[in-house]
Amino acid sequence: MSAALRVLVPGPLTTLQDGGRQGWLRFGLPPSGAMDKVALATANALVGNPADTGALEITMGPAAFRVEAGSTRIAFAGGEANLTIDGKPALLDRSHSLAAGAELRLSLLRRGLRLYLAVRGGFLAAPVFGSTATNLRAGIGGFAGRAIAAGDELPIRGGAIAEPELRLPFGLAPPSHPRLRVVPGPQTEYFTADALATLLSAEYAITPQADRMGYRLAGPRLAHAKGFNSISDAVAPGCIQVPGEGQPIIMMADRQTTGGYPKLATIISADLPALAQRRPGDKLRFEEIGLDAAREARRLLRDWLSQLPGRLLPVVPLIDSERLLTANLISGVTDGSSS
Amino acid sequence: MVTLSYPRILPAGDTALIVEFGDAIDVEINARVLALDRLVAASAIPGLVETLPTYRSLFVVYEPLAVSYTELSAALDRLLAEVPARPVPARGRFWRIPVVYGGEFGVDFAAVAARLDLGEAELIARHTAPIYRVFMIGFQPGYAYLGDLDPSLHSARHEVPRLKVPAGSVSIGGIQTSIHSVEAPSGWQLLGRTPLRLFDPTRPEPFLLATGDKVRFDPVPAAAWDALAQRVAAGESVAE
Repeated sequence: MSAALRVLVPGPLTTLQDGGRQGWLRFGLPPSGAMDKVALATANALVGNPADTGALEITMGPAAFRVEAGSTRIAFAGGEANLTIDGKPALLDRSHSLAAGAELRLSLLRRGLRLYLAVRGGFLAAPVFGSTATNLRAGIGGFAGRAIAAGDELPIRGGAIAEPELRLPFGLAPPSHPRLRVVPGPQTEYFTADALATLLSAEYAITPQADRMGYRLAGPRLAHAKGFNSISDAVAPGCIQVPGEGQPIIMMADRQTTGGYPKLATIISADLPALAQRRPGDKLRFEEIGLDAAREARRLLRDWLSQLPGRLLPVVPLIDSERLLTANLISGVTDGSSS
Repeated sequence: MVTLSYPRILPAGDTALIVEFGDAIDVEINARVLALDRLVAASAIPGLVETLPTYRSLFVVYEPLAVSYTELSAALDRLLAEVPARPVPARGRFWRIPVVYGGEFGVDFAAVAARLDLGEAELIARHTAPIYRVFMIGFQPGYAYLGDLDPSLHSARHEVPRLKVPAGSVSIGGIQTSIHSVEAPSGWQLLGRTPLRLFDPTRPEPFLLATGDKVRFDPVPAAAWDALAQRVAAGESVAE
């Protein structure tokens, strides 16, 4: 009997997301897919899946699931939350094999905004336009084109699991950068000369109007030089477009494919996953980067992701998470000079 | 005023670039965009991911670790040399699309007629007279941007967009007119609505219109809506 997850508590917005759909921009369909592709790849690596396999993108939590029929292996990555399995505290940064009846409960995220739940083999969902990514506005992908709801049964492409559980090495983190790096343009000429300088020197806060389509920011006004109605054209991922009131909007995975607001700069691809974990109220700073350096940043992240599966460690049964949480790990104390 | 020379290539972040042919809504410019799009599709440029033709530019998505911006620009420059100065626009399909104007189907219709100082019959006549060209599919799945709108009908967008505009709405935004494909926020002036679905993922052809198609609106009475909508729901084509 194949396994499934029963949704007990769906959370405010939980959707199936994968690497996204390519080739449909010309028909008005954005790529969608996981907002934080590094976290998606990490959760998938922990259960032995290819990096782009569809996983549940849980926004903010709390959420709860029960394994129905069969068994599965699961893992989380992305934000931080308290996890319990059958009421007992469990670690997030490792895989867990679960039998039918097991209950997973996640608290509200205490760090980050999105947590990915991957299952071994992936969820059984029919690809729509080449992808299982949910696009709510188009009503396609995922499970019936919508966010998951309490009571849903999410089928899993299961299978026997013999290998040891995997965990992330302590301290392993993807390459990061303190500021969001942007390539100026493509429409800097629609702005005053000061606008780009302002974007690169000032601080902008993420407003509550931040979702999978885009993040509206608040900060010093970015002034247009020749009106704010350009002829509608394509909107790139990470595009910073500026409507009439001069406050920037960063365009994300479910963005509209075309838009008519002038586009001041574009955040590079390597910095979008980390941005997807920032919350309303968080402050953002930007810096300019050239295309060659942007390419190096992309290469660095790609290499990190491709090496990730090989860097995971088996969970040693003797010091499994439960023991770590209960054992007294200190056998003696020195003043530091005797070693 | 800076004089710009076209075509020009601009970076749009590190994974896309834009080839701009001009800064106007113009059949010839749009035809050149589509001509380059066909050349790119027929080329074997490494690292090319996908393209999106718009009114006056071609958006090119690429994998920078397979092809650099400089290499891709050079390849596109070579293709640009093959784009005719005055390409013959592709023929495209011709659609007659039934529209119910005004009332609950076009909540801005009366106000637009009043602001333009046109009788309601005259507004319908001017909006249905042209054969529009689909210049671009974008914004939402299957959403069609049409030109050329009669200049006497140009109408500014609402300052505050409506949060829910029904699928099938036929609207004016500035100098453009469009058919909405899915329910979504929009600041455009709503003149009417068609029961036609521009996007239906369950159809063999999910997207009704394509860039380069021609469209003419057919005014139909509100009384005809229910029958038309039923035929659309049954999967029948009510466009010609």
